[in-house]
Amino acid sequence: MALNLLTLCYLIASVTFILGLKMLANPASARKGNLVAAFGMTVAIFATIFLYEDNGEKLHNYLWIFGGLVIGTVAGTIAAKKVKMTAMPEMVSLFNGMGGACAALISAAEFNHIYQLHKNLPEIPFAELATIGHYITIVAGAIIGTISYTGSIIAWGKLNGKVKDYSFKGQHIVNMIVLVLVIIASVWAYKSTIGSILLPFILVGFFAFVYGILFVMPIGGADMPVVISLLNSFTGVAAACGGFLYNNKAMLTGGILVGAAGTLLTILMCKAMNRSLTNVLIGSFGGGNKTSAAGAMKTEGNYKEISLADTAMVMSYANKVIIVPGYGLAVAQAQHICHELEKILEEKGVEVKYAIHPVAGRMPGHMNVLLAEADVSYDKLMEMEDANDEFKTTDAVLILGANDVVNPAAKSDPDSPIYGMPILEVEQAKTVIVNKRSMKPGYAGIENQLFFQPKTAMLFGDAKKVLQELCAEIKAV
Amino acid sequence: MIFVGIEVIGRVPSVLHTPLMSGANAIHGVVIIGAIIVMGKAETDDYFALGLGFLAVILGTLNVVGGFVVTDRMLEMFKKKKAP
Repeated sequence: MALNLLTLCYLIASVTFILGLKMLANPASARKGNLVAAFGMTVAIFATIFLYEDNGEKLHNYLWIFGGLVIGTVAGTIAAKKVKMTAMPEMVSLFNGMGGACAALISAAEFNHIYQLHKNLPEIPFAELATIGHYITIVAGAIIGTISYTGSIIAWGKLNGKVKDYSFKGQHIVNMIVLVLVIIASVWAYKSTIGSILLPFILVGFFAFVYGILFVMPIGGADMPVVISLLNSFTGVAAACGGFLYNNKAMLTGGILVGAAGTLLTILMCKAMNRSLTNVLIGSFGGGNKTSAAGAMKTEGNYKEISLADTAMVMSYANKVIIVPGYGLAVAQAQHICHELEKILEEKGVEVKYAIHPVAGRMPGHMNVLLAEADVSYDKLMEMEDANDEFKTTDAVLILGANDVVNPAAKSDPDSPIYGMPILEVEQAKTVIVNKRSMKPGYAGIENQLFFQPKTAMLFGDAKKVLQELCAEIKAV
Repeated sequence: MIFVGIEVIGRVPSVLHTPLMSGANAIHGVVIIGAIIVMGKAETDDYFALGLGFLAVILGTLNVVGGFVVTDRMLEMFKKKKAP
């Protein structure tokens, strides 16, 4: 009876996951969807704790279980509540890593279970103790979970600037070799006897650990969202392995669902950037080896600077201003003052809109989240296609810390690494004012010809500081 | 299930990619169930297994709780501006 109730609970959980994810895909129901899935998760967790039976025996060690749950809940809530909106992508990556690590630990514990039961019989081949299917689920969970863990940690470090891009010649070959080593070690472990299995099994974990690092290391920051999404689906698959291991429906559903949805989301994101997944993973975009073409246009022409007073002038007397936010806005936490600027300009009768590139910032939708935080009205945000139609009739475009998403090389230079990526065609506007901290190239590591065009003017400085001063200037005009 | 996953994501406005990813991230926190089972099955004196399970439970909970809370925070902002 209890088991049936448990099955029912898992069924409920599975349904809520599917429903929740479906609702998350729609703006109107997204928040409810999240809560629905969270509810299903709670049901599944408590059902497992109180109803799960193994050969008629209930689970024990409740103290440990609840201890872990409480620590995790408190730490998770605090971390999630305190994190700044700008640091959101890092946080998601970090949580993803935790999930991966959890999956890997489960595999390790399961392996340990088999090992402990038979360790006084060192001569038995491991293959006699576990079927190949059982072993594959254990080892796959361990490998995928570990890769997801180290990969996510590196991605997290990269997003908050602690870890720099790093790539070397022949890295792809080295990566392949490490991956092959992972597989060799797994086969070796399966062929070993109980007495000699520890070393190969630890090697499996070690090589997977290294692979996770090497895999993310060369990938440029602009592609991080794609990588995180991919690692996300990895963790889903690792969770599904756990589901097979315990024949647990909720884990299976949740894991496979996220695995599939995550993969698709990854592909969607790639499409938004007009690049293929292999291209993201193999073409070391923004890595050390910049293409010669990108290097060649380095010192091309001169740029001109514009003063704050002039900027204030241009913007106050414009009919229509479009603001293009980018990562610079996010790091400077300038979303509130940006909204302020919008209000001041509107008081002066200037029409203000925002043009949001699908991959502006560090994650798709990153800018929307930020501007929403600052109360910017939803209908002021234009998607790329609409914005490109509007630039022709725009007097001034203010670019706040965006770079690659407005780089005309994506349209004109077939040798450019970002060639083919749809961009915001800001050069169609009458004047373009670019706020950046310096002339340094953006995340893709390439020069932007836009900055050298005659109608473009540079306004250097931290986005928040510049905007504050700009607001004051405009008020004085 | 794979098809359900694909069906579910089908057409999503790019605005929602981040929350969706974050929500999916929380859902794969179901691994926590495995962690609980490992923990609950472990012998009371097998400290290695207990330690592994304990760590797994903490990490899994972090994933689940943190994931849902972050997603909710993100979506909360979308909601606010919908009010006229």
